[in-house]
Amino acid sequence: MAQKHIIGQAESRWDAIAKVKGQANYTGDFPIKNLLHGKILHATIAHGYVTSYDISEAEKVPGVLKILLPEDLPQIKYSTAGHPWNLEPKKRDIEDRTMLTRHVRVYGDDIGAVIAKTPLAAKQALSKIKVTYDTYPVYLTPKQAMALDAKRIHEERDNVIASTAVGFGDVNQGLDEADFVLHRQLHTPVQLHAHLENQVATAFQSEDQRYTCISSTQIPHICRRIVAQANGLPWSLVRVKKPFIGGGFGNKQDVTIEPLAVAMSKAMGGKPVQINLTREESLAYTRTRHAIDYDVKLGVKKDGTITALDMQVLSNQGGYASHGHAIGGKGGTFINALYKMNSLNYGAKTVYTNIATAGAMRGYGMPQVIFALECVIDDAADKIGMDPIEFRLKNHQPDGFYNELSHTKQQDFRIGDCLKQGPEAFKWQAKVQQAKAFNQLQGPTRRGVGIAAFSFGTATYPFGLETSGARLILLPDGSFKLMVGATEIGQGADTALSQMAADTLGVPFESIIRDAITDTDTDPFDTGAYASRQTYIAGYAIRDAAEKMRKMIIQRAAATFDIRGEFMDIVDGNIVSVSDGDLITTVKDMAQASYFDWQTAKTMVAESSVNIHNNSYASGCTLAEVEVDLQTGKIKLLSLMNVHDSGKIINPLLAAGQVEGGMAMSAGYGLNEGLVYDELGRPMNNNLLDYKLPTTMDLPDLDEIFVETKDPLGPYGNKALGENPTCSPAPAIRNAVKNAVGVGIDTIPLTPESVYDALQAAKAPKGVS
Amino acid sequence: MYDITDYHEATSLAEVFKLAAADPKARIVAGGTDTLVKSWAEVPAFTGIALIGITRIPELQGIVCQEDGTLIIGALNTFVTIEHDPLIQKYTPLLSQAVSLVGGPQTRHMGTIGGNICNAGPAADSAPALFTYNTTCEIQGPDGVKNVPIADFYRGPGQTILKPGEVLTRFKIKAGDYQDFHGHYTKFARRNALDIANLSCAALVKVQGEQIRDLRLCFGAAGPTPLRMPVAESYAKGKPLTDATLAQIGQLCLQDTHDITDWRDTKAFRDHLVTVLPGRDITAALRGA
Ligand SMILES: Cc1cc2nc3c(=O)[nH]c(=O)nc-3n(C[C@H](O)[C@H](O)[C@H](O)COP(=O)(O)OP(=O)(O)OC[C@H]3O[C@@H](n4cnc5c(N)ncnc54)[C@H](O)[C@@H]3O)c2cc1C
Repeated sequence: MAQKHIIGQAESRWDAIAKVKGQANYTGDFPIKNLLHGKILHATIAHGYVTSYDISEAEKVPGVLKILLPEDLPQIKYSTAGHPWNLEPKKRDIEDRTMLTRHVRVYGDDIGAVIAKTPLAAKQALSKIKVTYDTYPVYLTPKQAMALDAKRIHEERDNVIASTAVGFGDVNQGLDEADFVLHRQLHTPVQLHAHLENQVATAFQSEDQRYTCISSTQIPHICRRIVAQANGLPWSLVRVKKPFIGGGFGNKQDVTIEPLAVAMSKAMGGKPVQINLTREESLAYTRTRHAIDYDVKLGVKKDGTITALDMQVLSNQGGYASHGHAIGGKGGTFINALYKMNSLNYGAKTVYTNIATAGAMRGYGMPQVIFALECVIDDAADKIGMDPIEFRLKNHQPDGFYNELSHTKQQDFRIGDCLKQGPEAFKWQAKVQQAKAFNQLQGPTRRGVGIAAFSFGTATYPFGLETSGARLILLPDGSFKLMVGATEIGQGADTALSQMAADTLGVPFESIIRDAITDTDTDPFDTGAYASRQTYIAGYAIRDAAEKMRKMIIQRAAATFDIRGEFMDIVDGNIVSVSDGDLITTVKDMAQASYFDWQTAKTMVAESSVNIHNNSYASGCTLAEVEVDLQTGKIKLLSLMNVHDSGKIINPLLAAGQVEGGMAMSAGYGLNEGLVYDELGRPMNNNLLDYKLPTTMDLPDLDEIFVETKDPLGPYGNKALGENPTCSPAPAIRNAVKNAVGVGIDTIPLTPESVYDALQAAKAPKGVS
Repeated sequence: MYDITDYHEATSLAEVFKLAAADPKARIVAGGTDTLVKSWAEVPAFTGIALIGITRIPELQGIVCQEDGTLIIGALNTFVTIEHDPLIQKYTPLLSQAVSLVGGPQTRHMGTIGGNICNAGPAADSAPALFTYNTTCEIQGPDGVKNVPIADFYRGPGQTILKPGEVLTRFKIKAGDYQDFHGHYTKFARRNALDIANLSCAALVKVQGEQIRDLRLCFGAAGPTPLRMPVAESYAKGKPLTDATLAQIGQLCLQDTHDITDWRDTKAFRDHLVTVLPGRDITAALRGA
């Protein structure tokens, strides 16, 4: 088929103008008659049991309509994780929560709810509910929760909810054979998604007596199922609509408030009720990135051969299972995807604790494991006196490597190109020299450069189901309505998907009409926005539907003009002769005929649904340059570049946006972010002043390059890009700091105090702490 | 979801006094950038109250230099105005630099210098500069006008000597308190914007050749209120400008600071910074000289 070149163009987002003009409606923007407001009563302890509630004062607050306690709602246990349903009960996510609970497992747990006429009345009522608790010991870390005498956080299961090991070869032998063994303990913090739009959902009983939930969700179809399960409703009695979304980053790949919103509406006889979390609630009481601790042993020979890697992983799950072990258990495959080694043992445990429930967050475990891996890899290069880039070039997996751990052949795996082209574009050698010269001045600051590499899967195969559907409707004027279940959450999916449809159909980008709303009643099934999957998985569905549609249009033209279909092509909305490019007819004329021709009118709809059983591995690296203040420990990020092997770039403008946003997120991860708890499990910094997201003033100009190829499997030569940018900036920054000051710090974030302390500790004579 | 019961817009000081007398719980609001945040957070004194808006009162506006050189700064001036005002830039550039570091553009457009001082946060960015300039606060109330040195204006974190109905109208800085001084302010925070100082330090220094003639230092966030450093300041007078002097100044500051450990930072780290920042500020101030 002829290339129409809409793929690869920096088309503007179809929704850009609506957003600039303020026309884009987000969940909270829809005017709803007689809207009531629901608020959640959050526990003020981290572990215990509610022995009594006194709601007498709260009930008196004017405007309060109903106060819900756990026993007022269904006690059906469900899981909030945004995974496709599994027909095999054993493989389902752990179902360990009810909408409201007396069993408090995290600070802020949902122990009651108020429905009122105004948000203020609901808030005032909350402050008047008196709660008494039995308190239990609080476990903040996996180690505490794994202690022999630790209480079970969920009676029905051990605090260690999963324990797995993957690998190959004999690690002990490998460590014996090594010239050097590096042994490191590394720690990553609880990172927060901090999406611009907090979680918000409005639920009401619709005319047909079913429940509609308008929600800011990444996963409308999964959300419908979970809302129904939690409320004990048939799935079809729930309809989820997703309008524009102000970001999610994985937090909205969990179904947090929607079941309760529907339960509240039910409790009010179907009246509309909205739950609109505050920033403080969204930060502390929804989902987080798992804090993971790594105990790593790496064996390396003087020539740079990696003889063994033993990685013991403790993943802090928080109070509820959510995505659970899918995250902590994931690293082995991608370590194997990235580096050659003689033996690997990746042992992972995921453990309940009493901090906020960890769930999906952009990168899904990879930012953690890549941090641990790339710190140790970098230190190994130092140990044997090899250049860190050369060490990675020597050890990376080749293109075409067959990954036994995921049964995936890594076709078109371009990490080698990234490691060559990246440093050149970054002017690595020049920066090394500049840093040396700068450091010779012996001023109060030091400069250094660092690198880190990563690998990343596209979607979840072979671990998860990968289905997607698309529908194209030819409209009377020759434009097309594109309907997909894949979810636009601000990342630009709808624009990229429209480009694909236009490209395959042979029509201008503007001929594709998308919808601001994804509706589970009318849109095809797709599991949603996560796992960097949509451009890939939904891409196949769109290609299928567009090819079908194209065929139908050509068939009509063939019948109308008595020309064989294979002699025709669609180019820019025109149907032309393949041999000489002469115009035969237009898509518009065929569309008109399909609606109104007296004899032949028959409208055209093309449907597709795909189930994808392949995965294309992406890769890349980050290069960082920093300046460290020796007296204060403050780090200044001087430059940061990401290099991506993500196949064909569908839309370079959107791709750059994704990459730069991800780099900022990971720079924050490395330097400043982390939810902090006191010893009672109370979050200390769940607001945007104290949770230190980077501002533009904290970031240098961000640079990115793409090692662009055409992936042989991807529907348009593309593979994952959405999450990839968050994998390697943090370790690259850490390695740059090490390069600057000679001390490798293994716990992020690298706050001024922690850097200063590490510098002091390194100065102290050996044996003195 | 603000629990604010009413709003009155006052157009004169007399009106403020009248409104405050009628409703002593009512709170004055200028830019609202502290008031609304505290109301949202349900701080008791900011919850279930009425607000009295003062932004249209003429006496609180303007920046002028009197004939005797006294600089008069109306309490309602926003950070943006102060940062760019030619008189401030000419006579008290340390203040201009300090307020340029407040929050982000939105906050600098809305927030006022009067609000910054009346809010009495230990880390307020305009405070250390105003302390080193020996600023006088003019207060007007139903009983008349008072002039109070800024160091006496604070009673503790979030607390000032203002009585209900009293308005901080203007700041006054005498010529002798800014002439021949060079200043620099360091806001030590985890971010370069939209942050509150973990520790801040303003230095105002006068030199003769290589000798320190006068030094004024004020720390923010090193105690319950902004703090001047009398021990270090008196030590510095007449001392040669050497690394050793600067190091000693830093050490002596520890005699007047009251750092604590909290989840943000330890006392040890804050104390360490206390010893580092004054020397850096003095050096930076004189680099600009
Ligand atoms: C996002 C954000 C970032 C911020 N960043 C910073 C920062 O970096 N540095 C910093 O120092 N501050 C910061 N602040 C705090 C705030 O902006 C400042 O303290 C500002 O100066 C307050 O001024 P305002 O006019 O808004 O005060 P308001 O909120 O109107 O008032 C504050 C208090 O002062 C009283 N008050 C105000 N004016 C008078 C008066 N003339 N007489 C008597 N009482 C009065 C009010 O009753 C109230 O108690 C930030 C705030 C926000 C929201």
